Amino acid sequence: MSQLMNPPASSRIKVRPATEREGRKDYISIRDYGFWYGQKKALDAISLDIPERQVVAFIGPSGCGKSTLLRNLNRMNDLVDNVRHEGDITINGRSIYDPGLEVISLRRRVGMVFQKSNPFPKSIFENVVYALRVVGVKDRAVLEEACETSLRKAALWDEVKDRLNDSALGLSGGQMQRLCIARAIANRPEILLMDEPCSALDPIATGKIEELIHELKDQFTIVIVTHSMQQAARVSDRTAFFYLGKQIEYDTTEKIFMNPSQAQTEAYISGRFG
Amino acid sequence: MVAPSSDSSTPRGEPWVWFTGLGLIVGLGMVLGLLGLVLLNGLTVFWAPPVPVAQLDDGHVIIGQLAQRRIRAGSPADHPRYELQYQVGLKEMNGNSYLWVDEAKVKGETFPADILGLERAENGPAFVRPRSLRKSDGQVVPAADPGFEAAFQAEVAAAAALREKLNEITRHRIGEVNREMEVARVALRRAEDLKLADEIDARRREIAGLEKRYAALQAEAKQVEAGGAVASLTATEAAGREVVVPLTQIIRGWFPNRLDTWGRAKLFGSRLGEFVFDEPREANTEGGLMPAIFGTLVMTVFMSLMVTPFGVITAIYLREYAQQGAVLRIVRISVNNLAGVPSIVFGVFGLGFFVYVLGGSLDQLFFADQLKYNNNTPVFGTGGLLWCSLTLALMTLPVVIVATEEALAAVPRGMREASLATGASKWQTIRDILLPASAPGILTGVILAMARGAGEVAPLMLVGVVKLAPTLPLDGSAPFLHMDRKFMHLGFHVYDLGFQSPDSDAARPMVFATTLLLIVLVVCLNLGAIWIRNRLRARFKGAAF
Repeated sequence: MSQLMNPPASSRIKVRPATEREGRKDYISIRDYGFWYGQKKALDAISLDIPERQVVAFIGPSGCGKSTLLRNLNRMNDLVDNVRHEGDITINGRSIYDPGLEVISLRRRVGMVFQKSNPFPKSIFENVVYALRVVGVKDRAVLEEACETSLRKAALWDEVKDRLNDSALGLSGGQMQRLCIARAIANRPEILLMDEPCSALDPIATGKIEELIHELKDQFTIVIVTHSMQQAARVSDRTAFFYLGKQIEYDTTEKIFMNPSQAQTEAYISGRFG
Repeated sequence: MVAPSSDSSTPRGEPWVWFTGLGLIVGLGMVLGLLGLVLLNGLTVFWAPPVPVAQLDDGHVIIGQLAQRRIRAGSPADHPRYELQYQVGLKEMNGNSYLWVDEAKVKGETFPADILGLERAENGPAFVRPRSLRKSDGQVVPAADPGFEAAFQAEVAAAAALREKLNEITRHRIGEVNREMEVARVALRRAEDLKLADEIDARRREIAGLEKRYAALQAEAKQVEAGGAVASLTATEAAGREVVVPLTQIIRGWFPNRLDTWGRAKLFGSRLGEFVFDEPREANTEGGLMPAIFGTLVMTVFMSLMVTPFGVITAIYLREYAQQGAVLRIVRISVNNLAGVPSIVFGVFGLGFFVYVLGGSLDQLFFADQLKYNNNTPVFGTGGLLWCSLTLALMTLPVVIVATEEALAAVPRGMREASLATGASKWQTIRDILLPASAPGILTGVILAMARGAGEVAPLMLVGVVKLAPTLPLDGSAPFLHMDRKFMHLGFHVYDLGFQSPDSDAARPMVFATTLLLIVLVVCLNLGAIWIRNRLRARFKGAAF
């Protein structure tokens, strides 16, 4: 790891060096993307490429549009009335707005973990295999295997393996969030979106989730929205900084935190505003 | 002198606490008062108090159970004069079962141990002094005999068994023959009309066979009846006239002045049991309410079964699929207004649409032969259980729709998003996540709908409830559940007893008892639904939304 020099903003933050893995450099490609809630423009001219099997963090002050962009990657914002967009987002070369592509199949390929853990009022087992159930998997053996694999990947298996049939609502907050991660990866999506996954968790649970993100990036392309700069620095390979719906800077995490090219970025990560 | 500063004065909200508390107290007081009144009056019907022999100053003697005591009309307020109402029974001799007497004219009351109270199959109760009992074997036991009471009760029990047997023959077996006969006659008329010689022969033979069975049953019934004709009770009434009561006429006999508390309690239980489990007698003023309880229950259950899916589906469309906008707002307002439409309007609609249009069409489609060859007797084209349930389902629909919409809206957004984000379709999300999570709320709506439906009377009078239904809607003959049949209903029963009965004095206590039963039934139905709801809630307990 490289020793930190100036600026002082990054002196408190440990940065992981970007690991080079093979994969498409423009796996997710966002081009001139704009987005409106009614009359209000939430995103303006966003253009960035997310490489395959890397972790990309979106940072920025509240209301900067980072969550909106994340939620557009699996078209969750379609649920909101009166929205429209311009530009395009492609995943592996195919537009997510392609009329031939069903939203449902897009969402099966792009898993999502939310800020608030939101397990269903069902058993732990049923929560994990829900995504398989909705595609019609009935074979008990397949479901059980998928359940165990996902829970192991989510580092939850050892804690819950004896009570898979208990209600998921009896788990602790950190366990619930890991359960939601297990649920999101159960049907083997290619991309995992995480919308401030640790904002409601204590530091120990946060640590576990961050470790998990490291494990998972071997298999998934991960996009994470976070308010914690330390977290962005710890887990991500690349970081995008947004401000007022505009993309200010997008580069490797190392560069963003140690040598940002924009004054606004530096001001934000050093805590001078936001 | 220092003016009180604002923070040292009494808290300003205090009077409002008292005011709102007062509202609660008044409301609760009215509800408890109503329940208390119904409970007291409803239960005392079955209690057997001691029966006095009252001597009047004009030499008359009255034997009767005290029913009421009230201030005489026109008596001065400072010296009120009371009058007493005795239930003297023996309607066929006295003309009226109840008698008003000026309290001042009663010289004295005694409670002789030999007074016998009788509940009779016809002409209501009687209070007499027994003289002798002729048993079924012809032996006569005088009232003074120490074994008289035991012998009397044994004979009453034997007579009850006999009545049961007779009832089995006349009501059930002869009824069955009658039903078959009706079917055969319709078939015969159809065969004659279509000139099907073979069929005509077969049907005629069938009818002849049924007539033979009918005659045999009649003979059997006569024989059974004759077997009970021997036993009778000879007694004297208050004025000394002799009364002879055949034992088959006696439902129950008791010595009101000899009973200890335990005996009275047993009598109370027996009467209450009869009230709940038996069929009505004497223009519904006596006997039990089994058919009405059953009818109310079945109708309410069917109404719930119909209104729940219909309301839930409507609410799902309104909340989840419909384009939110002006049209939807108008629809919502209309649905809510539907809840305020007077119930009799639903009754008229039910009669006009369900009974005449739907029922009439059903008859044309499936029962054309029945109509043609049975003097146009409708099957579904007249009031019945099905139409009552549908009418009330329509009436309670807004309650279920509103409750379901609220429940769906209350499901946390996160759960909905989580489901959609895993790639579930909208329908899968509704079916697997939203509906289970909103089930308790939906059930709350169903409970409210049931409570409203079970107590409703006005629309039912138009679409299928009757004063006396010969058969229950559920019986042993296929298709077992007869949705086309008319049925009895507790709410209508209260109205009928209280305001349509020829003997209002005899009906009055029954009105209270029936009201009590109706309340108990509605409470039981609600408790059942609440129990289900709580079980569902327990499944979602601890939800961290």
